[in-house]
Order: sequence, then C-alpha cells, then structure tokens
Amino acid sequence: MSYYFAIIGTKDNPLFEHEFGTSKQGGDGIARFRDEARHMNQFIVHSSLDIVEEVQWGSGQMYVRPFPPSQKPPSLHYPPVHAGAVHTQYLKTIDRYHNNHISCYLTAGNVKFLLLLSPDTHPAAYTASSNTQRPSSAALARQTSSSLAANPTAPQTEEAIRLFFTEVYDAWVKNLMNPFYLLNAPVRSPVFRGRVMAAGKKYL
Amino acid sequence: MSISQQPKAASNVLQQQLQQAPPSGGLRYPSSKKTIYDRNLNRTRTSELSRASFAYLFIEMISYAQKRAPSVSDLEKRLNASGYPLGLKLLDLLIYREPPRSALRPTRILALLQFVHTTLWKHLFGRPADALELSNNSPAEYMITDNEPLVNAYISIPKEMSQLNCAAYVAGIIEGVCDGAGFVTESVTAHWAEGEDIWPGKTIFLIKFKPEVIEREGILKGGTS
Repeated sequence: MSYYFAIIGTKDNPLFEHEFGTSKQGGDGIARFRDEARHMNQFIVHSSLDIVEEVQWGSGQMYVRPFPPSQKPPSLHYPPVHAGAVHTQYLKTIDRYHNNHISCYLTAGNVKFLLLLSPDTHPAAYTASSNTQRPSSAALARQTSSSLAANPTAPQTEEAIRLFFTEVYDAWVKNLMNPFYLLNAPVRSPVFRGRVMAAGKKYL
Repeated sequence: MSISQQPKAASNVLQQQLQQAPPSGGLRYPSSKKTIYDRNLNRTRTSELSRASFAYLFIEMISYAQKRAPSVSDLEKRLNASGYPLGLKLLDLLIYREPPRSALRPTRILALLQFVHTTLWKHLFGRPADALELSNNSPAEYMITDNEPLVNAYISIPKEMSQLNCAAYVAGIIEGVCDGAGFVTESVTAHWAEGEDIWPGKTIFLIKFKPEVIEREGILKGGTS
C-alpha cells in the first residue's frame, strides 16, 4: 500500500511532495510504485484538482463519497446548501483512478492537501506490482484483507486519513507562521518533511 | 574568513557550533533543539502585546514607507501591501484555533465578512468591529466601520495629508484574509467617516469584491453549483 502525498498551492503549483508506504502489518515504510507509474502519480493527483474546485464551494458536508469518474459530479447529490452556511474543510475520497483513491483536505487558505492511495499487490514478494491487478492468492487475501488497501472506503481508513491530514495541517499552519515564508512558495524545511513522515508512520 | 585567523576562544566556539549542527543541509538548530514546529499553536492564544511596542514599530513602518512614497495614495498602497501577507496567514491560524465543531472555511461572502468583523477584529484589537453594512452604490461593496481604530491612536496627520488614513495597514490585513479565502477583492481601502463628532477618528473600510465573486455568490444562492 503506497501513498503519494502532495500539497498544492493556490495557483495550482505544487509546494511539497512525499512518497511513502504503509508501516502497518509488515510494511517497511517504503513506497512501492512501478517506475513507469511514478510520474503518473503527479498527473492523477493534479487531475483531481478540478473535482476539488467543483466541490469546494458546493459541498455542505465534511466527507465526500467516492464516485467513479464517469458519474455525475458529486455536488448534485449532496444536501442543498443553506444560505450563509459555512462548510468544513475535509473532503473524503474524491476520486478514483484504476483503484487508486484520492483524498483531499482543503485548508482555510485554499491550499489543497492531496493523498493518493495505491494498493500494492504481492506484498509477500514485494516485487514490482501492478496498480490494476487484484490480489489472487489466499495468503495475499488474508494479509491484505485487514490492511487499508483492501478497504479504501472503509470508515477506519477514512478516519486514519483524516487524522493524518489533521496532523499535517497542524505542521502546515506552523510553517505558515514563519514570517519569512511567503504563501505559494515551495516548502523546503527538513523539519516539516520529518513531521509529515512521522504522521504517515503513525496513521497510515 | 579562515578559522586560523580568529582568536582562539572564538574559534573554539565556532568549532563547537559546527559539531553540534546536524548535517541536514546546513540547517542550524537552536541549542534547545526545539523548532517552531514544536510550539503549540494555541499557546499564544490569549497572550497580549503591549500597545507601546506596536505603536513604536508602526510609526517606524510609516516613516519607512513615507521615504519611498511620493504621494499619499502611494503611501497608503505601501501600508496596504505590508498588511497583506499578515491577512493570508491569520486566516489559517484563526480558523485552526476555533473549536473543532465550528472550524469551517467560509464559503459565502456574508460568512466571510462576519468572520472578519468579529473573530479577526477580536484577535487584533480585543473587541469586535462596530458595523457591517452593504453599500448603497453597488452589491459588490461592503463596509466595515471602526469608531476608533487602534492603529491610529498615536498617529497625528498633518493638514497637507489629511486624506491619509494609516488604517490602510488594517485594510491590507482584511484584503489578505478575503483573498486567501478565495473571495478576490479589487481593493480594500480605509476612509475617514465624514461628519462624526462623537468619534472623530471613525474609519470606514470599503471592501470591493470582483464581479466573479458576486457571480459565484449568486449561483450558490440559487441552490445549484
């Protein structure tokens, strides 16, 4: 189960990127993406920005149900917006691309945190894995059935992702408080990266 | 500057510092190994700053801007620009500090302005602003009134610059907050309120939103998106 986390600024420019793998249940914390697929992560994550922008003004709820890209945009399904209502910031899984789920957290300053979840297959072998195949052997099924990858829409996963985002948001606001940090500048602090890594280890 | 040329005590200190610094890209850590990421954001929630130190700094800011600005409107623009990044950052901080139940991003103009009118003003000046009105001239203009802006407390304006209102700094903060929340403004300016005897320093902040924002507001009100 590999994760690709990106922070996108208000002008759709990437400010920070981090890849990591799950540390639970035998995962060693290293991301396993196919080399060819690695650059695709950026594309996938950026393409979901359209959906974020559509939903950010219309959504009245914290969590956005996952939907396949072929369906109607989610905003038409949700409870109607009441005049003057304020809307919360965390949108659940907002997009799916061949089994990769994307979740988003929107900060007050319209900076987007995007997390791409990509389930591994063959966790026993840890060789190059395909992002679109389903695990086939029984041992695989047992091992992956309780991992986050098998249930990307389960409440535990979403809770874990939400907690992860909350911790990163905490580190992000602290980073903003730096008077020398200008908005939309790339984040280069190794301490910030360490914080994101620690949050990833803790929750994902 | 080579180390061998420095006196021995200084060179010892320098070597000690070099040894203590972790090798991660030359970043220097304070001796207690605590970075800004270790401070709790709510720690300074209720702390206050002395008015005198703010006034001192503000006066210096004005004279710094005045040296570079040939005219009154240029001076106001510079003050506005110095308040702008403050607004961007305060937006995130204040929304973070609200209790989790109500920690929501504003998505409507009225909600945003209420946020500015109460939360922002309370954070900066310890009291909410005095009035929030929609202007008669156009639906894209809103006005926030402050009877006695704190920043003008120790500023006296000479007669030849009577148009200048140093609350342009606060106007810059408001502009930062609005732009950060996604409601792009054409301008936020500070004006003296005419004809007020009880409050001679009464200031009106005129917030002009761009037409796209009003359009979006209309669409959201319609119930679709």
